[in-house]
Amino acid sequence: MRVTVLVRPKTGIRDPQGEAIGRSLGGLGYPVSAVSAGSIFDLEIDTDDPKEAERLGAEMAVRVLSNDLIEGFEVIVG
Amino acid sequence: MARVGVITFLGSLDDRDAMRAVGVVGGEAVSLWHGSTDLQGVDAILLPGGFSYGDHLRCGALARFSPIMGAVAEFAVAGGPVLGICNGFQILCEADLLPGILTPNHGQRFICRDVELIVEQESPWIGNRAVGTTIAVPVKHGDGAWFHPEEGLDELEEQGQVLLRYAEDVNGATRRVACVTNAAGNVCGLMPHPEHAVDPILGSIDGQLLVGRLINS
Repeated sequence: MRVTVLVRPKTGIRDPQGEAIGRSLGGLGYPVSAVSAGSIFDLEIDTDDPKEAERLGAEMAVRVLSNDLIEGFEVIVG
Repeated sequence: MARVGVITFLGSLDDRDAMRAVGVVGGEAVSLWHGSTDLQGVDAILLPGGFSYGDHLRCGALARFSPIMGAVAEFAVAGGPVLGICNGFQILCEADLLPGILTPNHGQRFICRDVELIVEQESPWIGNRAVGTTIAVPVKHGDGAWFHPEEGLDELEEQGQVLLRYAEDVNGATRRVACVTNAAGNVCGLMPHPEHAVDPILGSIDGQLLVGRLINS
């Protein structure tokens, strides 16, 4: 089943990618004061059990997909 | 003669320079493959620079799961000397063998030039050079800003784990830290490239200090 892991920079962590995007959006005239850029991982997991899918998603987020020093994550099932 | 294993990961590009540098300081370089779990009985390990796995996800985050990294962790925990340069430093941080993590340069630019590094700690990794003296080693990286949360940072410095600091703000690294060790002191990592500074023809031989540690331990 489909599990989506969202990874975001933690508050206060310098985010050069977000800064660059924000400056470009500002240059286009949009009233954007800040951009934070993260990552989306859509995973197809071989299980029909939503709880197991969520557990695996969280485990992979902690172990591989995010680094706790600079990023937080969110797991969405379905 | 000390045998120094230089690991080639998928996307390593400074492995050949690192092997040459080991020879320059009087060691025997042994090529190790990321997919193997055999360290071939080497006396020390060098993780070279490069762009393993195309820097996808985070720099070093995928290479840290290479089959050989289990053996590297065991070697490190047993007190064996391990040096990580650039991508090798990133891999060691992601593998939790060194503190902190490398993040994109704050200035959003790839930086490629010689930098001045201030000795913060008298250490065999830097030939026991006196605190406050400087060495010159080149950097070439886009993701070289070492980051460590404020919590635990003072302890790291008090325990003498910060060996070198950039003389000026090069990439946005926390407290301008350029080179750190683990608590035991046998694992060392830095973004600058000592293997590119071992021959007078390249302007500096200060890199011999760090590479030389691998054959004098």
